[in-house]
Amino acid sequence: MDKPHDRGGWETDESIDQSEHPAMDWERRLAALGRVLPPGRFMSTDVSRRGIESIPADQYGSMAYWERRLVGMETRLVDEGILTKEEIDQKAAELEERWEASQ
Amino acid sequence: MSGATLPKYEPGDRVRVSSEEPEGHCRTPRYVQGRQGTVRKLHGSFRNPESLAYGGTGLPRQPLYLVEFGQPELWKDYKGAAGDRLWIDLYQHWLEPLNDRRISQ
Repeated sequence: MDKPHDRGGWETDESIDQSEHPAMDWERRLAALGRVLPPGRFMSTDVSRRGIESIPADQYGSMAYWERRLVGMETRLVDEGILTKEEIDQKAAELEERWEASQ
Repeated sequence: MSGATLPKYEPGDRVRVSSEEPEGHCRTPRYVQGRQGTVRKLHGSFRNPESLAYGGTGLPRQPLYLVEFGQPELWKDYKGAAGDRLWIDLYQHWLEPLNDRRISQ
């Protein structure tokens, strides 16, 4: 079975979008969060990669790099019982509300 | 101690990469699986990422090699120079020996 991250050698007629974009605030925060989470069993390079690689193929292709990192990290936090899905969704809703109010 | 697996290969050895793709995480991309290459260097022995990715100890440590492949042998309709090479790090448990060690040196 094709693994969506193991892309080298797939045939395609699509060109590769190599354009850069400025780093977004949430991407910077996510990079920082990745650094402060305790390493080892919970979050190591290999564990993080595994989380990203387990994103279903139909979603993987439409996600940007940092979106995959985010999903991988959330999955680990939930799997390890550090946060629940509900806590994450609730906090996200709060932040979204705050953001909307500030616009 | 669980220690390390002893290195089986040395620079110049011809090897084939296993094509028995495991279910889970691995660091060996499909484009080299089943291909033949030449060991160029032993980097040392490191904990196995296929175990570490699932919270395992990664032991015993696996020798990690720099392995060289001819680019034209990896890619269909390769348009670069015939002498182009690809170097990639591969763990020993992915490698099978080929017998023509002396020919490639």
